[in-house]
Amino acid sequence: MKLKDRHLLGIDPLEREEIELVLDTADSLAEISTREIKKVPTLRGRTVVNLFVEPSTRTQSSFELAEKRLSADSLNFAAARSSFAKGETLLDTARNLEAMAPDFIVVRHREAGAPHFLAQHCTASIINAGDGAHEHPTQALLDAYTIRQNKARIRGLRVAIVGDILHSRVARSNILLLTRLGAEVTVCGPPTLLPRGIAHMGCTVTHRVDEALEGVDVVMMLRIQLERMHSGFFPTLREYARLYGLDARRFGRAAGDAIIMHPGPINRGVEIMSDLADGNASVILEQVTNGVAVRMAVLYLLAGGGEREAAA
Amino acid sequence: MKLLLRNGRVIDPACGRDGRLDILIEGGKIVDVGSGLRSSDAREIDIAGKVACPGFIDMHVHLREPGQEWKETIETGTRAAAAGGFTAVACMPNTVPVNDSRSVTEFILSRARELGCVAVYPIGCVTKGQDGTELAEMGDMAEAGARGFSDDGKPVRSSVLMRKALEYSQIFDLPIIDHCEDPDLVDGGVMNEGEVCTRLGLPGWPGVAEDVMVQRDILLAEYTGGHVHIAHMSTERSAEMVRRAKGRKTRVTCEVTPHHLVLTEQAVETYDTSAKMNPPLRIEADRQALERALADGTVDAIASDHAPHHSDEKRVEFSLAPFGIVGLETAVPLCLDRLVRRGVIPLDRLVELFTVGPARILRLAKGTLAPGADADVTVLDLERRVKPDASRFASKSSNSPFLGWELQGAAVMTIVRGKVVHDALAGGPK
Amino acid sequence: MPADRVRLMDAAALNRALTRIAHEIVEKNPSAGAVRLVGIRTRGVPLAGRLASRIAAIEKTSPPTGVLDINLYRDDLSLVGPNPVLRRTDIPFDIDGECIVLVDDVLFTGRTIRAAMDALMDLGRPRMIQLAVLVDRGHRELPIRADFVGKNVPTSFDESVDVRLEEIDGEDEVVLVRGPREEDRR
Repeated sequence: MKLKDRHLLGIDPLEREEIELVLDTADSLAEISTREIKKVPTLRGRTVVNLFVEPSTRTQSSFELAEKRLSADSLNFAAARSSFAKGETLLDTARNLEAMAPDFIVVRHREAGAPHFLAQHCTASIINAGDGAHEHPTQALLDAYTIRQNKARIRGLRVAIVGDILHSRVARSNILLLTRLGAEVTVCGPPTLLPRGIAHMGCTVTHRVDEALEGVDVVMMLRIQLERMHSGFFPTLREYARLYGLDARRFGRAAGDAIIMHPGPINRGVEIMSDLADGNASVILEQVTNGVAVRMAVLYLLAGGGEREAAA
Repeated sequence: MKLLLRNGRVIDPACGRDGRLDILIEGGKIVDVGSGLRSSDAREIDIAGKVACPGFIDMHVHLREPGQEWKETIETGTRAAAAGGFTAVACMPNTVPVNDSRSVTEFILSRARELGCVAVYPIGCVTKGQDGTELAEMGDMAEAGARGFSDDGKPVRSSVLMRKALEYSQIFDLPIIDHCEDPDLVDGGVMNEGEVCTRLGLPGWPGVAEDVMVQRDILLAEYTGGHVHIAHMSTERSAEMVRRAKGRKTRVTCEVTPHHLVLTEQAVETYDTSAKMNPPLRIEADRQALERALADGTVDAIASDHAPHHSDEKRVEFSLAPFGIVGLETAVPLCLDRLVRRGVIPLDRLVELFTVGPARILRLAKGTLAPGADADVTVLDLERRVKPDASRFASKSSNSPFLGWELQGAAVMTIVRGKVVHDALAGGPK
Repeated sequence: MPADRVRLMDAAALNRALTRIAHEIVEKNPSAGAVRLVGIRTRGVPLAGRLASRIAAIEKTSPPTGVLDINLYRDDLSLVGPNPVLRRTDIPFDIDGECIVLVDDVLFTGRTIRAAMDALMDLGRPRMIQLAVLVDRGHRELPIRADFVGKNVPTSFDESVDVRLEEIDGEDEVVLVRGPREEDRR
């Protein structure tokens, strides 16, 4: 059993079996992070370039840790310090990287489609660490892993994703993954932040947050960004927090054993109140821990070669 | 120089002609159209099995000269036109500098005379500098040879300016050609707003942003009595509004591009920048509505919106790529294959859309093969199989989503003022 | 091309061999609670389980048993194929200073055992590592030897030895398969 594509550009191309393979593999790799020597030699001698054109400390460090735990060599290209600042095109950057022959390129970019672009111009395996508003596959995978750990299953679960769906790659990847694994997903936000046609991705859509949270097993809150206020998507953060923020009363509508998730970083007091972010129902920090195991799993599975059926 | 085109099927909607006829050309004019014509000293060209039409006019192209000659020049652009079967083009003013004055209009015309191989009709800016605040010198440009006014690339955003343009242009009886787009509603959109753009995570350009401007332009045309021409119409709702306005006898005309008739937003699925243009490819319902509008007479012209860009410019992230595709060399094969062969419209209607329609809109004494008319002839071969090939384009650029498509039907000979500027009669597999 | 199958051990022979190995382990490591067993996935795992219960029958205490997936330590990853399916490594006891008996079904080139030893070293510092295998088929490529062997089976390179166990395959037997076949090089 292997991943069919040598890139991970998104959740969209993955079949259910491939998603489950990643989650099962992450399971087997998780214990490495509990050892004293948190390292295995599996990707020794392989080179991974972390091309973070859009900066991100948490995702980048999570990938870096995953790479190092597998003994791979990591090379970090951050936007501000790199040739991007001097106006080098993505194409030229890709060609320069190619010339250094990395095995993997982990790319985060503010333009949707940038990983697809790299996949056309590089021979390395491309891993999408977030491209514009399109997808963030490893986030969705670690979210699913976290849900599975807490709920033992994904099929039949009811999940609500609340916030700025329009600009969220995390939302899109999660909708695709969770529905593919048989969960029922509802997305909720102010109508200005709900993209047209999102229901065609397989979820229910509502702008009424109380309705969205009714009886759900998983509440996933998304970060709201200040610049969206300036573009007229909603009048003030205060109003957003009042109408859509997760507080104890709202959370009370969810199932008794519901869990709270957030891709981070959280805006305390805006989309989520502190008592909930830090409370027993919150698995936000587990998500971060799981991120390393899931990213290790992705690297491990993409590192294989051709067609042979592996013996166990 | 005498030319005799023999044995072809002549389709001339302006004269209501469709039959097996010969065409005699002398001194750059049509001398006679009839059966069994003879001439002692004419060069005879046998076009048996082919269709001879009045020279096709592409009323919306970007020739990029002056200022952006790495994408295209008047010389290469007109050669591409000739190769595509066009005897005349109208070129948009968003050059560098923009064509908002007599001097740039004259520059374009003189380059065309010197190096161009088809007729070139400049469209002048509506506003000075194409910046949307003050009217440009329409009178001066009209005198110099401009055949209409447009800020294409951009809309005429200010309603009061559009009103004044529609009023003022009546002095010269020339159309205001509007690129209908409400920039605030578009807000950085790069493809049609809908299912596909949501899935791809790209900002959307909603159809309603075109509709509100089309409606505004129709209302202003009615109010002022001016002539508004809707450029590259792309939505079902716009087509319906134009249809109803025509029913009220409003002076509105419109054009549609071949790519909006053939492709939908699905073409963008792989972030392919060769499917990125403005207005964007829409949904299937829009595409079919445009086909119906072609058939029922709502649409007046097909125009390619030929927009060349260098491959360096298109080989970037989708959102950063410039809008536009080339179209001069693919327009006719696409229309013959996807519209005529598939029965969307009959051949004579297609000919109208490339001849009578544009000629009327631009007030040109063209679009017919009546004796005394300019000898502009487009010869079509409905059986010719073609496969657009970037390496064989006459245009400098090849940013097209149609490369490699197998199409049946092409323009195989183009004659401008009695001179053969493109001859592919003998070539190509049948 | 169909392969020839020759049964080398039936269920009775297999289990007798395990009983003998269990006695040998106890004999070699006399102090009580002396050894900890680590089964190498996949078939080393049920074998370790069976050895543990036999040792428990002899010594009245059951040796701690763990499970090791060596795929992360293989030297032939992605040489020819996709990375193998990973399963959990679960060793619920301390390794430092202990005597670990690795348990596997077939000893062949020795590379699996080399990987297993590297894995154990990353998990701690054992005092001693011993090796128990059900079948030793020869053709070592590394200087590795087993301390406890169920049966020595001389083989040629184009043959393979299949151990089938009740827990995984539904029955107990050891089979020699002749003829070319895709086989994991152990």
